[in-house]
Amino acid sequence: MEGAGVNIAFYVLSILTLVAAGGVMVSRNLLHAVLFLIVAFIGVAGFFVLLSAEFIAMAQIVIYVGAIAVLILFAIVLTPRSVRDNSETAMVGPAILLGVALATVFLFVIHDTGWMTGAGDPGLSASDLGRALLSTWVLPFEIASVLLTAALVGAIMLVRSEAEESEDVPDADA
Amino acid sequence: MLTLEHFLTVGALLFCLGLVIALSKRNAIGVLMGIELMLNSVNLTLIAFSRFSDGPAEIAGHAFVAFIITVAAAEAAVALALAVAVYRSRQTVEVDQLDLLKL
Amino acid sequence: MDNLATDHWYDFRDLANLSRVILEGIDKVAPYELAYIVAPIIGFVAAFVIFVLPSQLFVGVYGERRIIGRIQSRRGPNRVGPFGLLQPVADALKLLQKEALTPKVADRTLMWAAPVFFVAPAVLLFAVIPFGPRMVFADVPAGLIFFIAVSGLPVLAAFIAGWSSNNKYSLYGAMRIVAMSVSYEVPLVLMLLCVVVFTNTMSLPGIVWFQKDVDLWLIFMQPLAFVVYFIAVSAELNRTPTDIAEAESEIVAGYLTEYSGMKWGLFYGMDIGYALAASAFAATIFLGGWSMWGLEQWVPPWVIFIAKTHLFYMVFIWTRGTLPRLRIDQLMGFAWKFLLPLAVVNLFLVSLERLWWSESDLGGGIVFVIAAINVPVSAVAVYLWARFLGYKPERVPTRPRLAREAGGYVPLEEPVIGGGK
Repeated sequence: MEGAGVNIAFYVLSILTLVAAGGVMVSRNLLHAVLFLIVAFIGVAGFFVLLSAEFIAMAQIVIYVGAIAVLILFAIVLTPRSVRDNSETAMVGPAILLGVALATVFLFVIHDTGWMTGAGDPGLSASDLGRALLSTWVLPFEIASVLLTAALVGAIMLVRSEAEESEDVPDADA
Repeated sequence: MLTLEHFLTVGALLFCLGLVIALSKRNAIGVLMGIELMLNSVNLTLIAFSRFSDGPAEIAGHAFVAFIITVAAAEAAVALALAVAVYRSRQTVEVDQLDLLKL
Repeated sequence: MDNLATDHWYDFRDLANLSRVILEGIDKVAPYELAYIVAPIIGFVAAFVIFVLPSQLFVGVYGERRIIGRIQSRRGPNRVGPFGLLQPVADALKLLQKEALTPKVADRTLMWAAPVFFVAPAVLLFAVIPFGPRMVFADVPAGLIFFIAVSGLPVLAAFIAGWSSNNKYSLYGAMRIVAMSVSYEVPLVLMLLCVVVFTNTMSLPGIVWFQKDVDLWLIFMQPLAFVVYFIAVSAELNRTPTDIAEAESEIVAGYLTEYSGMKWGLFYGMDIGYALAASAFAATIFLGGWSMWGLEQWVPPWVIFIAKTHLFYMVFIWTRGTLPRLRIDQLMGFAWKFLLPLAVVNLFLVSLERLWWSESDLGGGIVFVIAAINVPVSAVAVYLWARFLGYKPERVPTRPRLAREAGGYVPLEEPVIGGGK
């Protein structure tokens, strides 16, 4: 991957994504944190485009920005204002320590390892992915669909209130 | 000239940020946001490996990411339903106040 | 490229020739990277000058108000300029002069940022739409998914707008728009999946070429998908029969309550921009894009495409002028109970047909058979499912009349002036 454009794009995206992730950490308002999170998601989608995985990038936007972020916004608005602050617990010190330590180890491993990189074929299309999902990965694919169904049913059952449940019982008076 | 190390570095830093957020936030929804960031960084790393390798590993990276996105969606739905359900019964979603099992 | 006569720059049937000549000229005198920067500028300027700006001003603002006026037996804008044609300009000037108020308790940063987030995706949407055989700015292989992904972003901007205004009506509007778009996205995406399964491609130029090759538009092969697309997209865009997110009779103006001046103007203008993008998308996918059974050899393909886009937009205006606003529970129930099952059934049907087509060597002519099957099957499915759910057809008035035809406005009885009980 060469060329000035790719380099500029990489550094801009890196700064955007990491600053947005930092914004999730430091912003005191939970809603601002979600908006920073959306920016981080979009930045990661930009990385996917840079790595010529266009389909995954689109899926990232549709699912993370279009669905998960919206879900989080919904959850925040459904809980009242008093629980909308985004402060840290007393564990923030150890957590930061652990994060820094882990980052050091990661960076050491990344730069110390001699990665055997191949030429890489950028032309991986959505149909290739579809074929792989329905041949090599067909069992995980089916399990994922079962998981989604279970999550759908589970999420609905968890948030049902008693008032809603009584609606389903046929009215005895009628 | 961009190499694999560049993308791995960004992925690692993003993962550590997500980890710190997930470990230190008081609000359950904040914790969930940290977890989503960690999953995203893993996706980024997998796609980077896939881009810089040949053969069957290439498509495997994409397939893994597709599954991770699926699982993340399911996980977010269930976790947020849990947050709303916990709020209904305990009037709070702060994780350090959910200490019924503490002596 | 059998339908393009020449590659000369003056052949305006394909404006890609002109831009290519300009880019080649730049390449000769400047380094290679400059062309990268100039190409998007040319693309956007061309798209805006030829399509977006005139359409937005003269179809979206002026035309819409004139046509709705006609439907509702009144005149519409007719004072500024000849036939009121300068009304959009006057509107824009008025909006620019007005003060953009920000409430004291509002979240100032987010309230300022929301219109910006609302505008940016609208520009991106036009990047993947093929205006002609070679007039597509970014030929993304997964262009259809790109369109779905990007058209989901303005909903977030609208949510930010509603939340940051710190007004309860705004928040109601924000919650409504998010709930609506999440609900209607499901049947919409399932129906677009039907299109993808049938045409075997996700690239928008590819879908147009498919329709050109089989000489039949997808609206005939996928009538149900077209109808569901229209309903779902008008719900997502907040067009009037389904504009519960800014229903002025219920919640003032929804998420736009606290916006004024040009900030409001950006929302208003870009609403039209999104409707135009959705129309262009529908024209590409269902109405054959720039192809018109050979006519594109004589008429510039982009003129055909723009005409189709405006035709689809006319249907938007027509429904807006005709139908009353629905309630939110009616709309949500309609998405989940009516559209979603139909979408699943249609997906099943289309997959079977596609399988039949690929397994047997029947050639392209089979699409006419499929169209002949799908049109009645869709109609019957809609009718039976509506019967099953207990939707009663409204009694249609036998002779709708314009007030002018009936001899002007005649009050039925004398109004009681100053009358108490």
